Amino acid sequence: MDIAETIGGTLTEREFSPFREKWNIFRKDRSAVFSLWFLIFLFVLAIAAVLLTKYSSPFNPATVRLPEKFLPPLTPFTSDLVQLEDAPPFNIYLLGTDELGRDVFSRMLQGTPVSLTIGFVAVSISVSVGVLLGGLAGFYGRIRLGPITVDTLIMRFVDLMLCFPTFFLILTVVALLPPNIYNIMIVIGLTSWMGTARLVRAEFLSLREQDYVMAARSQAIPEMRIIFQHIMPNAIAPVLVSATIGVATAILTESALSFLGFGVQPPDATWGNILSDGKGFIFDAPWLTFIPGFTILFVVLAFNLCGEGLREAYNPKLRQQR
Amino acid sequence: MTAFLVRNIGQRLILLVFISIIAHSVVHLAPGDPSLVDPMNPRMKPEDIARIRAAFHLDDPLHLQYAYWMRDLFTGQLKSFKDNQPVLEKLWDRFLNSLPLFLVTTLITWCVAFPFGVQAAVNRGSMLDKGGTLLAYTLISFPGFFLAYICIIFMVKVFDIPVIGMRTFGLEDAGLWFQSMDRIWHLTIPALIFASGSIAVLSRYVRSQMLEVIHMDYIRTARAKGLSEETVIYKHGLRNALLPFITMFGLLIPGLIGGSVIIETIFSWPGLGRLGYEAILNRDFPVILTLNFIAAILTLIGTFLSDILYAVADPRIKLN
Repeated sequence: MDIAETIGGTLTEREFSPFREKWNIFRKDRSAVFSLWFLIFLFVLAIAAVLLTKYSSPFNPATVRLPEKFLPPLTPFTSDLVQLEDAPPFNIYLLGTDELGRDVFSRMLQGTPVSLTIGFVAVSISVSVGVLLGGLAGFYGRIRLGPITVDTLIMRFVDLMLCFPTFFLILTVVALLPPNIYNIMIVIGLTSWMGTARLVRAEFLSLREQDYVMAARSQAIPEMRIIFQHIMPNAIAPVLVSATIGVATAILTESALSFLGFGVQPPDATWGNILSDGKGFIFDAPWLTFIPGFTILFVVLAFNLCGEGLREAYNPKLRQQR
Repeated sequence: MTAFLVRNIGQRLILLVFISIIAHSVVHLAPGDPSLVDPMNPRMKPEDIARIRAAFHLDDPLHLQYAYWMRDLFTGQLKSFKDNQPVLEKLWDRFLNSLPLFLVTTLITWCVAFPFGVQAAVNRGSMLDKGGTLLAYTLISFPGFFLAYICIIFMVKVFDIPVIGMRTFGLEDAGLWFQSMDRIWHLTIPALIFASGSIAVLSRYVRSQMLEVIHMDYIRTARAKGLSEETVIYKHGLRNALLPFITMFGLLIPGLIGGSVIIETIFSWPGLGRLGYEAILNRDFPVILTLNFIAAILTLIGTFLSDILYAVADPRIKLN
């Protein structure tokens, strides 16, 4: 603590750098910092999980041990009926076993990268579409295509997409398409970009009129470079904030789809389909429901709290009120 | 004013046409069609499938199918693929079942979210605010179906409340009082769970709106005049903070219909969301399409009304 303060004291100059300033605000929100560490831990875990579940036999989530089914969490492995090479990691069922005697801990591990990937890829798709359409509407909005302007065209399309009941639309498409992880990511991404598009458009509309854009134009810098090097960095902050919360929403949507049976299909495990498989045994083996349920809750909560911390840090309006 | 109304309605009608086209293309372009619902059925011969496809116009080009759908919809002739019942009648029955759920949910949401959000904003940084923020985020992050399962187990075990369906089976001969209490108990739990997520979201919005308003000059003026804190907050503050929520009214409708899929499925509530879910499972295209279409119409009516209300409530807005 002392060291940190002395370093902070000697670095007064650097406290004025934009990133430093935001980090200082973010740091004050203890729940956001805690969530950030939790998420970093989760990423490390996800990377480890990919390697472990693939190459290490105790971590194999597909190992079926029929004599060992429905064991509660923290049961040590003592069975004579199961071969030794099928023993769970550390010779203990950390999170119990399911109806086929598969180790829930390994299955949850396998689900971690899958669920995170769905969240991140879906959000990348929605952010790309949103930034592209919002940026077009904001920067080239005045150009006329026949009777209507680009801005009208794009924003009416946004209005149109907002009229659909999103979850119902996702459900319709996912139910009709063959159920696999890619379709789910694409469909979630393509139905959730409207908020981003509106944000980016509003940012571009105000940034387009700034003096530094005028200066860049007067130097005959190509338009694409103005957009991507001069305007975009200034418009991206609110997008990143909403993307953080978007990841949370995408993970929730995936779990809801899995719950209804349209999600990632077995034998691949995600948190959502472990929960939906486990719900049938909620009275005999409550851990099969509660472990994935609370995992989803905590991860989504961490993304949301992190997003809220970022929002506070990047919103100058809120800061003035302190 | 009249010009504004005419133009506004015209725009919405054009939007509606595009919505119907997109909904139609999405459903019909995706692979998987009604004749494939039961591929293992040995009695389904290829000629039967061909007959079904012809009867449902599934072999016609897309624009023709769209024309058939529109014609049948507006003449009220549209029949469900599954049971050949008129779609509009089916939807109307289910809508009547969903309506109490929607109304009670909305009522609970608004009645809880507003006082709570206002208090959190007024006492910014207090225990109430911090605890409320954490609680709100927990509720937003809770997977709805998981919360529903926990609630069902808890409520049934502790309070012995009936939760599944709209009424207890076999109570048709019971007295009116008994029946209506039974109905209300069946409604309570789904509505509470349905509302929990939106309470959290809405109270966060109310809080941030109030925070913006509270720092306005007219609030300081009102305090300087010596008005009581109650009057300042609720009469001067809240009324201004409320304005943006008028516009939210219309956009809540798609969420209600989409969100009800899970809640109604879990609680076996025979409403619109469940009908939609069943229709999706059966590839019942007319029902899916019409449900989407009606949701869009309701949303457009909702946003239209809120636009007008906004102008009525805020004299600074000029309709032109």
